Amino acid sequence: MHAAIALGAPARRGPKRVLPGFKVTLGFTLFYLSVIVLIPLSALVFKTFTLTWDQFVAAVSSPRVVASYQLTFGASFLAALVNAVFGLLVAWVLVRYSFPGKKIVDALVDLPFALPTAVAGISLTALLASNGWVGSLLEPYGINLAFNRNGVVIALIFIGLPFVVRTVQPVLEDAEKELEEAAASLGATRWQTFRYVIFPAIGPALLTGFAMAFARAIGEYGSVIFIAGNMPMVSEITPLIIIGKLEQYDYAGATAVAVVMLGFSFVMLLVINALQSWQRKRAGA
Amino acid sequence: MSTNNARTLRRAQAGTTEPAWVKWTLIGVVLVFVFLFLVLPLAAVFTEALRKGAGAFLEALQEPDAWSAIRLTLLTAAIAVPLNLVFGVAAAWAIAKYEFKGKAFLTTLVDLPFSVSPVVAGLVYVLMFGAHGWFGPWLQANDVKIIFAVPGIVLATIFVTFPFIARELIPLMQAQGSEEEQAALVLGATGWQTFWHVTLPNIKWGLIYGVILCNARAMGEFGAVSVVSGHIRGQTNTMPLHVEILYNEYQSVAAFAVASLLALLALVTLVIKSFVEWQFERQEKAAAHLPPERPTP
Repeated sequence: MHAAIALGAPARRGPKRVLPGFKVTLGFTLFYLSVIVLIPLSALVFKTFTLTWDQFVAAVSSPRVVASYQLTFGASFLAALVNAVFGLLVAWVLVRYSFPGKKIVDALVDLPFALPTAVAGISLTALLASNGWVGSLLEPYGINLAFNRNGVVIALIFIGLPFVVRTVQPVLEDAEKELEEAAASLGATRWQTFRYVIFPAIGPALLTGFAMAFARAIGEYGSVIFIAGNMPMVSEITPLIIIGKLEQYDYAGATAVAVVMLGFSFVMLLVINALQSWQRKRAGA
Repeated sequence: MSTNNARTLRRAQAGTTEPAWVKWTLIGVVLVFVFLFLVLPLAAVFTEALRKGAGAFLEALQEPDAWSAIRLTLLTAAIAVPLNLVFGVAAAWAIAKYEFKGKAFLTTLVDLPFSVSPVVAGLVYVLMFGAHGWFGPWLQANDVKIIFAVPGIVLATIFVTFPFIARELIPLMQAQGSEEEQAALVLGATGWQTFWHVTLPNIKWGLIYGVILCNARAMGEFGAVSVVSGHIRGQTNTMPLHVEILYNEYQSVAAFAVASLLALLALVTLVIKSFVEWQFERQEKAAAHLPPERPTP
């Protein structure tokens, strides 16, 4: 009893230091992080320094590479936009309504996280090719969704969907119904309530989900390459450019393009962090 | 009077719910979207695999190359997942239980592998251990192969699955605080006893959740592994890489047969995940119904 009281007092003053294992766990964390992530990524940056500035610029701005940026960013943006719209819709329906099969839909939303990207790639290709279930229905109308840019966007929609749903869903669940009731009792129509009460509350989460889907789509490789057709200047994504350069033993060129992508990853990571802290502040306020 | 009340009630409801036709239209749109984008691709894997009957399907899975791909995939996950599990627990313990400078930055760095393209992840190991890499000459002199061999595949897999368990555990352990651990220590438990008997039961479901997602990604990773593997049949082909090779050789049934195993893995992952979420909710609800142990200040 005395011991408990004696130990309890300092525990209250500095409660975070009483538990053992700080040095060991932090030490291991930093060691593992360095060996697996930080040192290898720094190898990428150092390798870039073996190029002169002119060589670097030439490697990252050749017409074929620039065309791949345009496709990668454009298709990723479009896919993230579609994900934002349908992701919000899926989250809304899952939180606000009940209907038969809801549990299954909820579980299936995570399929793109669990299904290997290569499997998604060949499966979407089989569906959308001119002899596939969907492709054969669309071909008479002259619509081709496989082996071109459309295919890239569709694959990216598939892999990005869970991000928006899973960021918006909890925020919608926590949203206070009282605010909506207040708006309604003050004479707002349902649409006005959604536009001016609900939408501002889930806005930060929606933007976070959009940014995550966008960032993931930029780096995506496995699901895209099967369905894209991979024609240079037309349907070749940036990660494939890196692979192509590696296969020709152009390590410097591959590294240069990879550094551009890594820089973008850093920016997106900071943007997503900022969005998440904005969202937390919103939730706390 | 009663009609008046009914009208007020209807108006109030009109403000907080949607008309039935809107509701069912939205549900319909979502069901069509989910069917097209999630159900059809999943169904296509199995129908393509069974296109030429169960015999061709089973034959494809009995290929020695398919078997060696399955073995390599299992081996890779068996190394990568436990390592990331130990890291995840250690990182979550350090980040959630203590205050120190640079904590927010460290948390961001833990998430970094998620935003790096898998292809870039593979490339960095080629630059470290490849023939022209930092350690390339030394490795060659000592006859150690990392790139185009199993160690490279394992390393690339560890990289892409690095944050999975840590990022599940950090917010969970932060939310739980450390009062229970402190109580155990005050009562005389050692650090290990506290961890095994107090912390671990509390984070059990979060841990399982992280492990199954980590495992699914480890077995399914394609881009990063593709860069470091060298695609040597029977030696450095994981299941996803084997799927690619078969597909590119127009062996559609065989490719989808191996793919269907990976799709099954995804389905099992989703089922376990739903079960864990259900258990977790139950635990939360049970905790909410407990009488308060002490008056809140």
